[in-house]
Amino acid sequence: MSAKSIKERMSGNEAVAYAIRQVEPDVIPAFPITPSTEIPQMVSTFIANGQMNTDFIPVESEHSAMSAAIGAEAAGARTMTATSSVGLALMWEELLLAASNRLPIVLTLVNRTLSGPININCAHSDGMGARDTGWIQIYSENNQEAYDNYIQAFPIAEDPSVHLPVMICQDGFITSHAVQNIELLDDASVKEFVGSYDPEEYLLNPGNPVSVGPYSVSNYAMEAKKAQADAMVRAKDAILKTGERFGKLSGRSYGLFEEYRTADADYIMVIMGSAAGTAREAVDELREEGVKAGVLKLRVFRPFPEDEIAKALSACRAVAIMDRCESYNGHGGPLAQEIPAALFRNRVSVETVSYVYGLAGRDFRVEEVRSVFQDLQDLSENGKTIEQFQYIGLRKKQE
Amino acid sequence: MKNTVEIRWHGRGGQGAKTAALLLADVAFKTGQYVQGFPEYGPERMGAPITAFNRISKDEIRVHSNIYDPDYVAVVDETLLHSVDVTAGLKKDGAIIINTPKSSEEIRPLLNGYEGRVITVDARAISESTLGKNFPNTPMLAAVVAVTGILERDPFIQDMKASFRHKFAKKPEVIDGNMKALQMAFDAVEEAL
Repeated sequence: MSAKSIKERMSGNEAVAYAIRQVEPDVIPAFPITPSTEIPQMVSTFIANGQMNTDFIPVESEHSAMSAAIGAEAAGARTMTATSSVGLALMWEELLLAASNRLPIVLTLVNRTLSGPININCAHSDGMGARDTGWIQIYSENNQEAYDNYIQAFPIAEDPSVHLPVMICQDGFITSHAVQNIELLDDASVKEFVGSYDPEEYLLNPGNPVSVGPYSVSNYAMEAKKAQADAMVRAKDAILKTGERFGKLSGRSYGLFEEYRTADADYIMVIMGSAAGTAREAVDELREEGVKAGVLKLRVFRPFPEDEIAKALSACRAVAIMDRCESYNGHGGPLAQEIPAALFRNRVSVETVSYVYGLAGRDFRVEEVRSVFQDLQDLSENGKTIEQFQYIGLRKKQE
Repeated sequence: MKNTVEIRWHGRGGQGAKTAALLLADVAFKTGQYVQGFPEYGPERMGAPITAFNRISKDEIRVHSNIYDPDYVAVVDETLLHSVDVTAGLKKDGAIIINTPKSSEEIRPLLNGYEGRVITVDARAISESTLGKNFPNTPMLAAVVAVTGILERDPFIQDMKASFRHKFAKKPEVIDGNMKALQMAFDAVEEAL
């Protein structure tokens, strides 16, 4: 470990703002939206106080925020922004342009449910809604991971073999507004880790003029899409390389997902974000009671580590797939589509049950994790029939 | 969650229950413990019932759900006793700390048969006499520290003095009042205990 560790306590939003100050991007266009508002708010204070040298552009909408980010990044400036929920939805058109123009913008997403009913609390529907826009997506469990992932986002995005935008996600309010312990790195170590941004090609380079985002005829457009898809495949290596390098710096290394007590597990829960911590707590309780339970916390959703997940789940008896998002297809959320497909393509035959939990900030408790593992046991050991797709944590009718 | 103290705060929007929970997390952090302080966000409006939570532990805190079986409950506004089940899940060997001019005997009948310790503090009177305004969260913070024993009185007071100096750098005139409010609340609780 080479960086100085600074023990602090702060919220997830504070942690990301702290990381932004340390990375000190060139340009931040942003428009406020709960629960991510604090991030640009704190960063603009840092800028006003002279603690960082970044151009902050207050824009009139999220569509403009992403448009300005695209312009700045294409010009050769290291650029980031922050948003949540319908703010991300309003960026939709521009998200696709950022990715297809291969602009390594970093967006810190504080996950909040998409409307409606209108609600400010956590769900993953905003990030999941953008899952096919071509952005790398990394989800964080707590303030520490939000901080660590944010710092890693730049080397991943700017890797010459990748050149794609990265979305760093954390759960709205649950971690964004919760104060917890954290270990920060010193400014110099962070700056050295992310390095300077020297794009190979950029607009403000008179010696090498380029066009960004021109019309592409059918003779060439498909090749551009394939090149983009190939870059996403290559991103996996960049993510792993960066996670390992970050481990050497901080003592905390990162992979595509994190396995907790899965080596000998009969039952594994696949889950993302803050609920993974709650799941680990329940797993420890169940282990004491003799139930071989484990958790696979998915960190990287795009690119989707399909073969690695299939391998990690290949030896267990049953898997619970947890989505904090609905897909309205009648059989589960996004993970409930990706994971069974991964198992099928890898010839892994294992029972799965899909759950939707925690929509619009509905609390997700240790007791509910336990009841999910009880379902898996009932299915596998007790010969009971378990519904393949369930909501967990719904009110009973009389409530 | 062994080795973990769980505290639930009940207040109304604008009274500073969330700030109190975050300050308590700060205080416990400085004792070298793992801490968590977070509010439950609903429709944000002045006067609406709000809840905030603290977990304080010797071990890393992994759970991110709300608190349903708290060791301690702090009620920043006694009018909530008529509308919110503040003792729900509260452990019998824990305690409830309520901002009210009434005695614990007068308050107990409002607590749905809660059998544990009931500690009352007139945080409003303390705040009005020291700050000239009703900011009950500072005295309530001191009362919670006194009852839970998260930190000894002297280091707590020292620590808060530094925090207030930082927080009120542009309003130094309120630092003395806040410090006095902490002392008075501590006195009141020590007497009640």
